[in-house]
Amino acid sequence: MSKNNSMLHYTLIRLRRNYLAILGLFVLLALICCAVFAEQLAPYDYAKQDYMMIRKAPSATHLLGTDEFGRDVLSRLIFGAKISLQVGLLAVSISLVLGATIGAIAGYFGGKTDNILMRLMDIQMAIPTILLAIVISSALGPGLFNLMIAVGITSVPRFARLMRSSVLSIKGQEFIGAARAMGASHTRIILLYILPNCAAPLIVQSTLSVANAILYTATLSFLGLGIQPPYPEWGGMLSAARPYIRNSGYLSIFPGLAIMITIVALNCIGDGLRDALDPKQKR
Amino acid sequence: MHAVNHLNLTLHRGKALGFVGETGAGKTTTALAILQLIQTPPGKITGGSIMFEGHDIMKMTEAEKRQIRGDRISMIFQDPMTSLNPLKTVEDQIVEMIGLHSAMKGEEARKRALEMLALVGIRPERSKDYPHQFSGGMRQRVGIAIALACEPSLLIADEPTTALDVTIQAQVMELIKKLQSVVNTSFLLITHDLGIVAEICDDVAIMYAGRIVEYSNIRQLYSHPLHPYTRGLFDAVPRLDTRLGGKLSVIPGLPPDPIDLPKGCAFSPRCPKARPLCHERECGMREYEPGHFVNCHFPLELGEGGVQ
Repeated sequence: MSKNNSMLHYTLIRLRRNYLAILGLFVLLALICCAVFAEQLAPYDYAKQDYMMIRKAPSATHLLGTDEFGRDVLSRLIFGAKISLQVGLLAVSISLVLGATIGAIAGYFGGKTDNILMRLMDIQMAIPTILLAIVISSALGPGLFNLMIAVGITSVPRFARLMRSSVLSIKGQEFIGAARAMGASHTRIILLYILPNCAAPLIVQSTLSVANAILYTATLSFLGLGIQPPYPEWGGMLSAARPYIRNSGYLSIFPGLAIMITIVALNCIGDGLRDALDPKQKR
Repeated sequence: MHAVNHLNLTLHRGKALGFVGETGAGKTTTALAILQLIQTPPGKITGGSIMFEGHDIMKMTEAEKRQIRGDRISMIFQDPMTSLNPLKTVEDQIVEMIGLHSAMKGEEARKRALEMLALVGIRPERSKDYPHQFSGGMRQRVGIAIALACEPSLLIADEPTTALDVTIQAQVMELIKKLQSVVNTSFLLITHDLGIVAEICDDVAIMYAGRIVEYSNIRQLYSHPLHPYTRGLFDAVPRLDTRLGGKLSVIPGLPPDPIDLPKGCAFSPRCPKARPLCHERECGMREYEPGHFVNCHFPLELGEGGVQ
C-alpha cells in the first residue's frame, strides 16, 4: 500500500472539495488559453477597422458586436486577456518580491530596522492606493511596463505587513529554537524554516492581489493612463464605450463582464487556497 | 538583572543530573546558556565559562558553536506540539539533523533516521507523516529521536514531560533513560518533579532564584536534604501515607522577583530557620559532607531533614 502523503497532495484533495475554487480554476485556465493563443483564437485582428460595420450589435459574424471603429469586440476581449493577465502577474510579482523582502527583514531583525521599514510602509498606506497609482504612472508615462510598476508598488505595503506578521509569529515558535539547538545557521533558518511556513498566506494574498491588480489596470486604463490605443485593454474598452452606453450597451457590458468574471474567479481560487493550504486543518 | 548567578556545576560523562526548582528559578536559562542560545538582546551572558569536553563554549566562534549544537549537545524541548517543523515529515527532520552534522547522505541518512524512529518505537510506515498527524506523546518521541540522532555527549531535556499526560510521561521518561544508557550520553534533566529525578538521575541540583542551593548525589540528598528550601520541596510532595484530609505543607510566600533580590540569602524571607546572619549575607556553596554541597549558613542537622 503506497500512499502519497505530500503536502501538495492534501492541498489538492482539500481544494477539490471546494467547487467554487475549481470553477475559478477552470475560468482562469480558459483565460490563460485565450491569452496564449490569442492570435489563433481571435476571429479578427484586434486593430482592423471596418467602417461599414460601426457599432453593430452582436450577430453571427461578430459574436459580441463591433465597436465605434468597426473592430470586433470578441477579438479585442481575447487580446485584452493577454494584457490583463500579464499586468496582473507581473505587478503582483513586483509587489510580492519587494513586499516579502521588506517584511521578512523587518520581522526577522526587529528593533530599529523594523521600525524604519514599517513606518515607511505606513506612510505609503496613508496615500489612497488609486491616487498613488495615478501619480506613479503619470510620472513614469503611460505604457505596459510602467503600468505594471505603478500597480505593483501600490500593493507592496500589504505584502510587507503580511510577511512581517507571519515571520513574527513563526519566529517565536519553539521549533525555530529547536532548529537553532540543532545547529542550523540563521540563513538556513530563514530560508528553510521561516519562508516555507509563511508561504501559505503569501500564496493566498498573491492570488487575491492579481484580481486587484487587474482591477487597478482597468481603472488606470479607463482614466487613460494605462495601455494606449489601439491595443485593447478591458478598462480602456470600457472607457471608450462610455459615450455609447445608451445606444450600444453591449459595448460596455462585455468588457465589464470580462473584468468581473476574471476577478470573481481569482477571488474564488484565493479563498479556496486559503482553506486548502492550512496544514493544521484536518482532511 | 541577573537571572542566573554563581552557578557552578559538573556533569560527568554518562551521568544524569536533575535540575529542580520552581518556575522562574533559571533552569531553562541555564540550559540555553549551555547551548549559547540566549536571545541577545534582551539577554546576555556577562561572565563565566562553560567547559565542554575540554573547550570553553563561551569562547567559540558562531560556526564552532553551530557544530556543537545538535551534534555534541542536543536538546529536547518542553512542548512537543510546537517544537517540530510543521511542514516537514518526521523522517526528513531527522535526516536534516543527520545531514547537518555527519557525512551521511541520501539513503544512508534515511536508513539511520528509520533506525532512530524504530528506537523510539515509531513504526517505519509512519515515517513519512507530518507532525500534526501524531499525538503529543509520539511527537515527543520524535523530538527525542531527533535529539539523539547524532549520539550527542550531552542531552538536555527541558521539562520533557510537562506537556504530556501522566501515563505518557512515564513512557517518555522510561525511553529517555533506556536510550541514555544505550548511547552513553550525559543527561541534564530540567523538571519540577522530584519523583522523576529520583528514578532517573544520579545527581541532583536544587535551584532557587538563579542559584544552586543544594547539590549532591541522589542518595544523600533524598535521605537527608540540608537546605531548608529542599526540605520544603519534599514536604510539598503529596505522599500515599499522608492522613486523609491532612493538608500538604507549602513553602510560604513567593519566589523573589529577580530584579529585586533580597539582601543576603535569597531564600531568607521565606525560610523557617532564617537567623539575622541570613538576611545579612549569602553563605556560598560549602561541602557539608563529601559530595554534598549546600548554600546555607545553618543547614539542617542530619536527621532533622530526614525523608523516608
